[in-house]
Parts: sequence; structure tokens; C-alpha cells
Amino acid sequence: MPAPPLLRLNSIRKRFGSLLANDDISLDLQRGEVLALLGENGAGKSTLVSILFGHYVADAGTIEIDGQPLPPGRPSAALAAGIGMVHQHFTLADNLSVLDNVMLGTEPLWRPWSQRRAARAALLQTAQRFGLAVNPDAPVGSLSVGERQRVEILKALVTFGRKQGARILILDEPTAVLTPQESESLFASLAQMVQAGLGVIFISHKLDEVLRVSQRIAVLRSGRLMAVLPAAGADKPMLAEAMVGRPVAAAIKHTREPGAVVVELGAASVRDDAGRSLLAGLNLRLRAGEVLAVAGVAGNGQQALAELLCGERALHQGTLMVDGRALPARPREWVRAGVARIPEDRHAVGVVADLPLWENAVLERYAAPAFARHGLIDRRRAMAHAADLVQRFDVRGTESAGLQTPTRSLSGGNMQKLILGRALAGDPDHPGPPRLIVANQPTWGLDIGAVAYVHQQLLDACAAGAAVLLISEDLDEIFALADRIAVMHQGRLGPARARADWTLAAIGLAMSGSGVDHAAEVVDAA
Amino acid sequence: MSEALDLVASLPFWVAVLRIATPLILGTLGVLLCERAGVLNLGIEGIMVAGAFAGWVAVYQGAGLWTGVAVAAATGAAFGVLHAALTVSLGLSQHVSGLGITLLATSLSSYAYRVSFPKVDRPPTIKPFAPMADLGLPVLNAQTPLTLLALLLVPLMAWVLMRTPLGLAWRMVGENPAAAEGQGLNVVALRYGAIACGSALMGVAGAFLTLSAFNAFYFNMVNGRGWVCVALVVFASWRPGKALLGALLFAFFDALQLRLQQADGGLLGLSLPYQLYLMLPYLMAIVALVLVARRASYPQALMKPYRKGER
Amino acid sequence: MRLERRAQTSRRALLLAPVGAVLLTLALTSLLVAWAGAPIARAYLLLIEGGFGSRFAITETLTRATPLILTGLSAAVAFRARLYNIGAEGQLYAGALAAVAVGGLHGGEGLALSAWLLFPLMIAAAMLAGALLLLGPALLKSRFGVDEVVTTLLLNFIVLLAVSALLDGAMKDPGAMGWPQSVALKDELQLSRLLSRSRVHTGLLAALVLSVALWALLRFTTLGFEIRAVGSGPRAAAFAGMPVTAVGVKVALLSGALAGLAGAVEVAGRTGYVTLDMSPGYGMSGVVIAMLAMLNPLAVVAAAIFVAGMLVGADSMSRAVAVPTYIADVIVAIALICMLVATLLTQYRIRR
Repeated sequence: MPAPPLLRLNSIRKRFGSLLANDDISLDLQRGEVLALLGENGAGKSTLVSILFGHYVADAGTIEIDGQPLPPGRPSAALAAGIGMVHQHFTLADNLSVLDNVMLGTEPLWRPWSQRRAARAALLQTAQRFGLAVNPDAPVGSLSVGERQRVEILKALVTFGRKQGARILILDEPTAVLTPQESESLFASLAQMVQAGLGVIFISHKLDEVLRVSQRIAVLRSGRLMAVLPAAGADKPMLAEAMVGRPVAAAIKHTREPGAVVVELGAASVRDDAGRSLLAGLNLRLRAGEVLAVAGVAGNGQQALAELLCGERALHQGTLMVDGRALPARPREWVRAGVARIPEDRHAVGVVADLPLWENAVLERYAAPAFARHGLIDRRRAMAHAADLVQRFDVRGTESAGLQTPTRSLSGGNMQKLILGRALAGDPDHPGPPRLIVANQPTWGLDIGAVAYVHQQLLDACAAGAAVLLISEDLDEIFALADRIAVMHQGRLGPARARADWTLAAIGLAMSGSGVDHAAEVVDAA
Repeated sequence: MSEALDLVASLPFWVAVLRIATPLILGTLGVLLCERAGVLNLGIEGIMVAGAFAGWVAVYQGAGLWTGVAVAAATGAAFGVLHAALTVSLGLSQHVSGLGITLLATSLSSYAYRVSFPKVDRPPTIKPFAPMADLGLPVLNAQTPLTLLALLLVPLMAWVLMRTPLGLAWRMVGENPAAAEGQGLNVVALRYGAIACGSALMGVAGAFLTLSAFNAFYFNMVNGRGWVCVALVVFASWRPGKALLGALLFAFFDALQLRLQQADGGLLGLSLPYQLYLMLPYLMAIVALVLVARRASYPQALMKPYRKGER
Repeated sequence: MRLERRAQTSRRALLLAPVGAVLLTLALTSLLVAWAGAPIARAYLLLIEGGFGSRFAITETLTRATPLILTGLSAAVAFRARLYNIGAEGQLYAGALAAVAVGGLHGGEGLALSAWLLFPLMIAAAMLAGALLLLGPALLKSRFGVDEVVTTLLLNFIVLLAVSALLDGAMKDPGAMGWPQSVALKDELQLSRLLSRSRVHTGLLAALVLSVALWALLRFTTLGFEIRAVGSGPRAAAFAGMPVTAVGVKVALLSGALAGLAGAVEVAGRTGYVTLDMSPGYGMSGVVIAMLAMLNPLAVVAAAIFVAGMLVGADSMSRAVAVPTYIADVIVAIALICMLVATLLTQYRIRR
């Protein structure tokens, strides 16, 4: 009788309210193989692995590790069975050291002293074996994103105390936060793991990587398993169609001659409250009708740049002109000057989740004469404006409570459409396209339909004469929308070159700040 | 001025400082443990009252002094578990829940006192802890065993937090509970445990007042000391060693103002109303908070309710 | 056990929550009544009668409720903006002292102005005193990130000591035979009675008007919008351009002023002069009342009347049955906790 597979999922089903996240999914994973789990946002990939890891309990279905059933709903059981998971959002304590973070949970709680020296040795040994170099004593808060991911992987792989290193490693969108070079390093580590006989589940929505790294590819769509293909014979169109189920028209971009300069940054520098430099010597010129994309790994100053151009942060030195005027660091002035702002965190910064939809629709402009007189809010006009936004920007989810719908209950995509509408539509007294759109990670976490919608809106506004500054960590998005691309690294902005002048490898090098040309890889970036 | 120096140099002064510091040390360690695990416990003021009452009543009913301390600890732990149920299991606002616990514990203690002793004008006294006269060390031999306990708990707490797996688990639960859960730990159980232990310490802090410093339960006995402990934890950057320092510093000024009140001519030769002296400790606590607040590195998950599955 | 957010919060749930909380409270408190050896049903009957059962009871309850409505409104508006003002007790006393200082010094003559001018001045002084007292902790919070709960709590002790010092010294009434109390306000400066043969005074009308005014402020004005947004989504409010610090200052001034007004109203309406025990915890009760009312200014009136009824009823009950008056404080504390849980259940469902 053949040996049972390392991991087997049988008919997993999970429902969240009205959403069927996983619909009767059955999968196998063998030793020494990388199985990719492919699907767009919202397809059910994260839910499936969360069930595997014990964060959720499946409504139906079983899981077997090496033929043994896995008790559901407890991460401790999953860990004991040899499952390790690297989450998309790292679960690390910034104030504690690398060693502390890795040692957690490895020793029984009643033991009166921790064996730190032995733990350190085990950590360094595993790090060397899989090519994941770290400094055990560094506080995690001081590490780069790539280094933090290494700590997360080490957490799963280290064998120490009563914890066995994982036999099955789950990686949830690991390359979303890495430069292309760091991704290479990760792939090398994955190869080592495969050699050592581990089974790896690699979740991604990036077709290139999936083809590159995995032996088999499982495609999920809307909660169902559509296909399991060997990577060897597959190609991108086949996978894309399985993933999406219909041909998706990419956003149509017309290039046009850029118009007048809208935003000009000259030798701009920004400091934080403690005096540390966040941005230094930035030069930027953005014209009406063009899309300038700023690429870069998170944490290299994009936040400060976004805050600067949204009117939240003041310059320390240098010049910043919008339409030839210097604006004070007050968001209201920027909104009045015709700047449309789409923040990175739609849930906590874009809207006040507990307020009804119509109040969020006028959150930026409630004090304008269109909506308020003598300190009183004209509810009728405000609601009319909100209704207009909902209709024009296809905001759904308002069937039962209409404009009083608590904004919290909107899906991510609809919330983003509301924010987009609020930013682009102006107010009844000053309708018309904005002068500048600052879009910070505008499609993060959205499904393909919402992504296409947002992209089209941005491009339409651009065609109507707006200047668009797009800050994104998604290189696919950047290459799809941008006229010019500049790369941010450690608070400095590189020169903005036309999209056609960039290659993926060059961008990757710029993102990691190295000027040395490694083996160039020419990838079709359409 | 020289009078003040004479004062500070005298042994009885330092005896008073240590005595005043003891409930502060115990209370601050209790709050420290709760906050390290990510939960603010504003029930301390009420828990100290309840601990003072429970310990005293137990001894009055015939229990031994250490049994009384144990009863006070258990009372504190019980209120702590209630606070944990509200904040950890239900995720309610830690501020409001803590204030509710303070109100509940204080009012229950007052009520229980009146029900137990309906007709008395003055509370009946008990025989408190005796000073440890046979201990060879100078200032310590005038203190009671609870003070020694408090002093020993400081290095013990430091050891547990920094060098044991349990302490690491507690700290992680206060920094990133999702990380703890991802490593197979039970965040809820860990937080309950920290809050129960911390609240037990708060109960013992209260018992010190009725079983050692004084010998009976009076209303308004705690008089804001619980809030001072909350301020001291921030001042101590959540470290037990610095908590001891802060408590001693505070007790120093408290003892000083007591002596200054009694001395002729008071501070700088002015005779100020005694209330001004009594204000000094509270003002100091506020000043200490302001000085430290800017640089405070809070446990990152402090005051954020952890809802499993709400990602 | 875990919590699952409800998709909608039904109106019915919002109305049932306080009722359920009160019923649960009374059920739990009955255990304490039994412990005191009193018959439960009779004790509760006496409690309710004592609070609401006669003309005298109702007027006493309304009199007690007047400062409670004001401290409740003070806490409600502050908590809406996420400013946890627990210092209403101190602000109340500061307001009372300021009122007497303006209106009652110089042997009861006050400043040499007619009562028509003096009275509003007196009230304004009280509100200013309360407002300034809260401004300190509010600025410490916005500038230095110092938690306002602890600072406002500690300030209560400081203010009470200051009041004690003043009543012993500068503001002492020489004609009061050694008791530490302030000079009394003249009759013209005191609030007139609303109902004959009762202690209910026009301060109650002011409190009711203010509760409606605060409700209207929160619902219809730009400031109200800012308060609600800053309180429930401070980062989003800042991003949208709301003047977060200015809102914080305005809320602090408003909340402190309301608590200060409570002090002035007590002095001008009930006692006539300031003593150290004039407020049996009205400030802290205000916090409980605000939570019971789910921070809704109109509901604050109902919650304040409930709490006042409990306090008055317990006084009356304890005279007939051997249940200590502290039962009222226990009821209020348990009611707070039950209300917190009930409010949570309107938003979340408990799932295994």
C-alpha cells in the first residue's frame, strides 16, 4: 500500500455568514514538493490555510497529516502535527528580540528558567541550513521587512525544546513585501526546504512566481477548487483563466501629452517628531494628465511622501508647490485646492467605520458652504450628495439601510469605491475632476473586479486632466498604469523614468538600493 | 534647612519610608503584571479597599494573620477574574471596566462592613503583624514580614518576566497576542492568569494597610494610592526594579511632607495649611507621569482587545 | 467562546439593553439584601416607594437628579470624544467654590453688582472654573500623551484638599460656629423653587434644557459631527482635515463647564453654601450615568433619575429595614457593569 500523502484535505467547507469561503475543497500535499495555491483576493486561499492551521474550524471536512487525523481549531495541535505558518501580516513583537520571538512557545510554561543559550544555537543552526541569516539579539522592530520574514520562517522551522520544526510550511503571499532580489533569496531557501523533504504550500496571486517555484498548482475561485495542474505544462493564460473564469479586460490606458506642471517638489526633506529624517532631497515634477508611480518596498519613506502630498505633514526643508502655490500642512487646504486623496488604510484612516455612510461621504467637505451654514449641517444636501456618490461610483451593500448603512458593514471593495467617489467627486459647488490624485496602495486586498474598477477610474480622471501619483508595492499594477516610474529607497526618490525604460530587474535593484547590476532578467512587463 | 537634613538622616524617617512604600510596591507590581500582559487594570483602587476589608474581617473572625493575607489575595484575584471576563473575554473598554470594578469593590466593602458591624462607631481592632525585631538589619527590623515579602517580590517578578517561559509568554501576549496564538499559546488563559495574579498582589497591598500599617478598616483608607500605583507603572517603564525605585521615591516625599507638617514653621519657615502638604504626593505623581510619558514604550498590545478571528 | 459582530443593531435591542441591565442588577443585588437579613420583596418595594412612591419621594429624587444630569452630560460629551474625564467631582467643587467666591464673599454681599448681573456672572465663573480644571489634563494628553484617566482622578484629590484648605481659611464662614463651610449665598442669588413645599429648583429646568441642547449639538452641528468622528475614528478624522486638537480642547471646556455648573447649581439651588461633603460622589456617578445612557444626552436624564431614585430610595429604605444605604452604591456599580455587557450584546453575538 502506498504511503499516505504528507497532508490531505478532505471536502473542507466553511461559511462566514452569507459568504461560502471554502466549498468542498480536497487537496493533497506530498513530501518534498511545493504546492502553489493560486487565486485572486477573496477566492478563499487564506481561509483554507487558516483552517489548516487551526485559526478557524471548518464546518465540514477533515484533515489528515501522514494519515493521522488533525484535531481542528487549535494552533497548538497544528504545530504539534508539524504545520508551520508564515502569515501575510507578521506576528512578531517589535519590542522583543529575534531570539525571544523564536523561543516563544518552545518550552513548557512551568519551567523556572529558560535555556536561552541552547535556543540560540538551534536558531543559528537552522538559519544556516536554510540560508536565512539573522542576528538573534536584534530587536525585531529594527529589522527590515525581508529580515522580519526570515524570523517568521525560522519560527516555524526551528526545532527546540518541546517544539519540532515544521514538516509542512505554509507561506501566505510571502513576496508581496519583498524586492525581486529578496524574493530570489526566498526561492533559494524554498529549494533547500524541498531538498530536506518538507512540504510547502505557497499562496500567491502572482502567476510568474507560481510557475517558477512550484511543482503543482491548485487554483481556487470563489471558494471552489477549479483545477490542480502540474507546473511543468502550465502557462499564464491558462492559469489566469482558471483563476478568474472569464477574460478580464485590463484597464485601457491612453497615453497623451502631459499638460502643465501640477506638483513640484524641490530638494524636499521631511523629519519626524524626534528629528529623524524620513525623506531627503526629493525632486519631483508631476504634470496634468500623467500617472507617476512610486515603487518601493514598504517602509522606505512612502508613508511620509503620502502624508506630505495629502497635507498631513509639513516640509522640513525645500519647496513644495501645487499649481504654483505652497499649501500649508492642513488637509482641508489640500482638499480645497483640488487634491483627491486615497489613503492606504481604508478601514481606519479612510472612513470612520461606526458612522453611517452619508456622514463618511462628506467627511472631508462637511464644513464647506455647500454642506454647512452657521455651524449647522445641511443634512438634506449632504445626503443628496451621498446618494449621488453611491450611484455614480457603484457602491453596493446599501440595500437594507440605504444611506444610513453603517460604513463598517461595507465590503472592502465598496468602501474603497466610496472613498474614491468622495475624493474624485468634489462637492456640489465645485464639481469637476481633481487637479491631483494621490493614491496610496489603492487596490490592496481587493478582488479583481474592484481592482479593475479602481484602475479605470484613476485612468479616466487622468484622461480628464488630473495628475496621478500612485504609490504601490504591486509591480504589476505599476506597470499597468504608469507613464513614468520612480523608485523610493531609504527616504530618497530615484529619477523618474518612462515606463518603457524600466525592466523588472532594474526596478528590483533600485528597490533594494544596490547599483550593481546582477544577472539581468528581462520579463515581459505588459 | 538643616532641620530637613537631620530629618532625612534619622533612622525612624527611613522606617516610615519603607512602611509607606510597601503597599505601593505591591500595588505597582500588580498593575505592572497586568499591563505587561496587555490589560490596564483600573480596578486597583477598589481591589485594595476590598483586600483591606477582607483580610481584616478574616483576622477579626479568628483567622491567623497570614490566612488573612491569603484571603485578601483571593479577594483581589476574584475581582481580577471579573475584570478579565469583561475585558479579555468580552473585549469591553478596559478603562470603563476597571472603573466599574473599583466602584463595585469599594461599595461592596462598605456595604459588607455595615452589614457585619451595624452599630459600631469605631471599627473593632485586631492584633496586626509585629515588627521583625530579630532580623539583624537596621531599617528592616522595624518592618513587618509583608514589607519583606514586597521587597523580595521585586527581583522575583523581574526573574519571572525576563527569564522564564511563562514571563516571555506574558510579555508576548502584551506585545502581539496574534504571535502568541500563532505559536500555540492560549492568549485568553495567559491574560486571565496575569490579571488574577496581579490583582492578588493588589489585594495584599490593601491587606497591608489593615493588618500591618494600621489595625482596623477605615473608610477612605486607600485614598487614591491605587491611582498613584497606576502612575508609578508608567514611571517605571514597566520594569520591576524601577517600580521599586518609584515607590521608594514617592514614599520618601510622602514621609517628608508628613514630617514637615508636624515641624514648626513647616517648609521654608512658612506655615502653610496642612492640606497643601497632603497634595504634594498627588502632584508628584502627575509630574512623574508627564516627565516620562513622552518616552514611554508601552507594551504594544496594551488596551487593545484581542478578538480571535476578527482579522 | 468568541464574539461575532452583528450585521445590524436593531432598535429593539437598543431599547431592551438598559431594561435588561436594570433587571439583572436588581436580581443580583437581591442577594445582598438577603445577606443583610431583610425580606427581599419588601426591601425592593420600600426602595421604589422611597424613590418614586410619593410626592415627597419624587421631588427629592428630582432634586438629587439635577446635579447628576449635569455630571452625566459632562461625562457623556467627553466620552463621545474619547476623552475619559473622571474628574467631574473636582470640577464640581471648583465650580461651587467659584460661584460662592463671585456671589457670596464680603460677608454675603458679594461683588457690588445687582443680582441680575451677579447671578449670570456667578454661573459663568463656575463653568469657567470647571472648564479650566479639565483643560490641564486634556492638554497634557494631546501634547504629551499622558493618560487623562489617571490625571483627572488624581486631580480630584488635589481639588478636594484645596477646597478643604479654603474652607478652613480664606473662604470660611465666620458665623458658622467653627464648621468648615463657606459663606452662604444671599436669597436673591439662589435658585427659586419649582414646586412649593419641595426642594426641586429651577436648576432642574436648566439641566433638562441643556440635555436637549447637547443632543441637538451632537446631531445637527458641525462641532457635534467633529466630536463624534474624532471620538470613534480619530485617525480618519485627522486625515479628513478635522481640527482634532481644537475639538479636544472644545470638548474639554464643555465637559468641565458642565461639571462646574453642577457645582454652582447645587450651591445655588440646594445647599446655599459650600461644604466638604456636598457631593456624595456625584462626579463618579456621572460617569456611570453616561454609560447607562449609552452616551446619549437625552437618555442621560432618564439614567440620572434612575440613579437618583436609587439613592433616595435607599436612604428611605434603610430607615425602615436593616439594609445599609450603601446598597445604592452597589446597585449603581452593578448596573454599570450589566449595562456594559448589555451594550456589547447589542453589537455582538456570542458563539461557541
